[in-house]
Amino acid sequence: MSFSWAKPYEPKSPFMRWLDERLPLPRVVYGAIGGGYPVPRNLNYFWNFGVLAGIFLTIQIVTGIVLAMHYFATTEGAFNSVNQLIMRDVNAGWLLRYAHMNGASFFFIVTYVHIFRGLYYGSYKAPRELVWMLGLVIYLLMMATAFMGYVLPWGQMSYWGAQVITGFFSAFPIVGEPLRVWLLGGYAPDEAALTRFFSLHYLLPFVIAAVVILHIWALHIPGSGNPTGVDVKDERDTLPFHPFYTAKDGWFAGAVLLLYAVVTYFAPNYLGHPDNYIPANPLATPAHIVPEWYFWPFYAILRSFTFDFILPAKLWGVLAMFGSILLLFFLPWIDKSPIRSGNYRPMFKRFFWLLVIDVLILGYIGGAEINPFNIALGQIAAAYYFLHFLVILPLVSRFETPLPLPNSITESVLGAEAVETAPVASKKKRGGTIASATAE
Amino acid sequence: MVRVIGFLVGLVFAGVLLISLITGFATYLKNPPAPLASTEFHKAPRPLHLASDGPFGKFDKRQLQRGFQVYSEVCSACHSMNLVSFRDLKGLGYNDAEIKKIASDWKTQVPSINPDTGEAATRKALPSDHIPAPFPNEVAARAANNNALPPDLSLITKAREGGAAYVHSLLTGYTNEVGYKNDKGEELLKKFPDAKTPENLHFNPYFANLNIAMPPPLTADGQVTYEDGTKPTVEQMSTDVAAFLVWTAEPNLESRRAAGLAVVIFLLVATVLAYLAKQQIWHGPRNYVMGETGPLDPENKAKTRAAERKAGVAGEA
Repeated sequence: MSFSWAKPYEPKSPFMRWLDERLPLPRVVYGAIGGGYPVPRNLNYFWNFGVLAGIFLTIQIVTGIVLAMHYFATTEGAFNSVNQLIMRDVNAGWLLRYAHMNGASFFFIVTYVHIFRGLYYGSYKAPRELVWMLGLVIYLLMMATAFMGYVLPWGQMSYWGAQVITGFFSAFPIVGEPLRVWLLGGYAPDEAALTRFFSLHYLLPFVIAAVVILHIWALHIPGSGNPTGVDVKDERDTLPFHPFYTAKDGWFAGAVLLLYAVVTYFAPNYLGHPDNYIPANPLATPAHIVPEWYFWPFYAILRSFTFDFILPAKLWGVLAMFGSILLLFFLPWIDKSPIRSGNYRPMFKRFFWLLVIDVLILGYIGGAEINPFNIALGQIAAAYYFLHFLVILPLVSRFETPLPLPNSITESVLGAEAVETAPVASKKKRGGTIASATAE
Repeated sequence: MVRVIGFLVGLVFAGVLLISLITGFATYLKNPPAPLASTEFHKAPRPLHLASDGPFGKFDKRQLQRGFQVYSEVCSACHSMNLVSFRDLKGLGYNDAEIKKIASDWKTQVPSINPDTGEAATRKALPSDHIPAPFPNEVAARAANNNALPPDLSLITKAREGGAAYVHSLLTGYTNEVGYKNDKGEELLKKFPDAKTPENLHFNPYFANLNIAMPPPLTADGQVTYEDGTKPTVEQMSTDVAAFLVWTAEPNLESRRAAGLAVVIFLLVATVLAYLAKQQIWHGPRNYVMGETGPLDPENKAKTRAAERKAGVAGEA
């Protein structure tokens, strides 16, 4: 799609030719993830995580569809259908459920690595702004899906998590409480909430799959980024996706699935909370209500606002929590540095690693018990999160002196001398020597 | 414009957080949080080692049977086991006849309907029945237990922090509140004179708020008589029932680990092969250029065939 030297699809059999002339689906697949998609030759292993996210989405959809065959979406039956029917009586039901439970965690792990890869290598910058924003849409859909999925077993954390998270809406003045009641279908989570969460939990993964297609489509217009952030100049800079990146993704997917299998088979409840093995009880509040680990950084931001400054503290918390994700949509315009890759941005690089540490601290605080020290640490970390994106990044992009960029991807891989001797199949001359990224 | 608005939003959020931090600090200085007896005198569970521990552990079936005996003779007076059916007891090594007998001898019968009159009645349990609960409903359970509800034990080792070790520590951890000291050597009633255990509750430092409604269930050695000759000390009975409760919470534990081992070995081999394939493919990409075609592409195949024909070698059809 993107480069003139991309190899066109050539049907290898009469049947494929017949099909290609009527429905060019093989052509689309070949151009998207086959030999017809030229990819920068210098990608490192952080570029494997998008494919991994796709693998975990598939695992979630397949295990989820089978689990739904045995699940009862009623407040009376939900807990037992999961913990008795599926875990004990359905053939390999325990495997389906543990694979789905931990599949969600691994989906988030690989997605977080994928997002931070984008943050470090400036994947959100022109011309890939829409790729980034569609990715954030996927992330928001994932969060909604994961939250509703966690409610389905109707354990204590399911129930109280639903209570707390839908309670966010009641923080908004006037419309908040009616909105919450409308969303839940009642004054507290009950049958109506459970059945609609189940319905939406089944729907949203397919919406995610659709947005994933848009995400990949938007990516394939400019083509993949790369660790230098320098644009592709000629065909020496690229390799066909297949077989090079299918092979690289393939073995790495095996390695990550190995880790996933170890957790699923040998420590399936390690990432969960014991309270969710207690049936939901609207009359008994758990001592510590915490969401699943992948929401902890946002939960920490929510809890950090403890003072009613003009607005109620709860409203500040909710605004900040939604704001912490929404601000990422504006990142392409907040960070105006024309250099994409953090490798050539010495100041940015330091602040980036500070952000990583900051988010890890927020994650720890979100899951930890509330005490004065944790609250104070969470407040400092939450403040840095906003300062990083909204204050530090624009300033850094203005005052930083970037390191010199390599002339081309090939040069960054092979060194300048080898570029002269490397064969060129096309008659096209190499483009200008200054990275087009700096010219923007 | 985006950056200016963002800048202001960032400063506002950070500012409100700073105010929260300062007011929080001021509150902390003015009235520091009072220490709580339930945090300072709570004990973490004692370590417990069971045959089913570790990635390759297997259940000790004789121990599970002893634990089931403790459950059925002691715990089941108050605690239900709703998720376990009698037929599941096959996992403890009982045969069909034994399970049938256990079910029909169970002290609580199963609610049913009188076939002649249609009135509510009870019948003996069958292997297909779930283990009947001691109380017909929550109100009855609370009425018989000073308004406390004995939790269902099916999932208890997964539903409590510490699992089997917690169960074991709780069962054996009852002690006299008077003179009780924590690990720092502080005495509870000296530091918190108000922390006296209320009437009808029982002091147990392993319980979250130190006072539990359940009276000590295992009180004396020899409370049950083991058929296999194991000495039924309180420690032994408690360990056995904890092991049994690991099984009730996770009856598929052994098959899960066995399947896991096979999956891990398979994935290891597959990953190594895939890695070698990747190494092979990436061996020469330095000189690889997209436009080139491989020996199996149709045009090159045709060339090969033409050359073979020219040379008089019988090419493949």
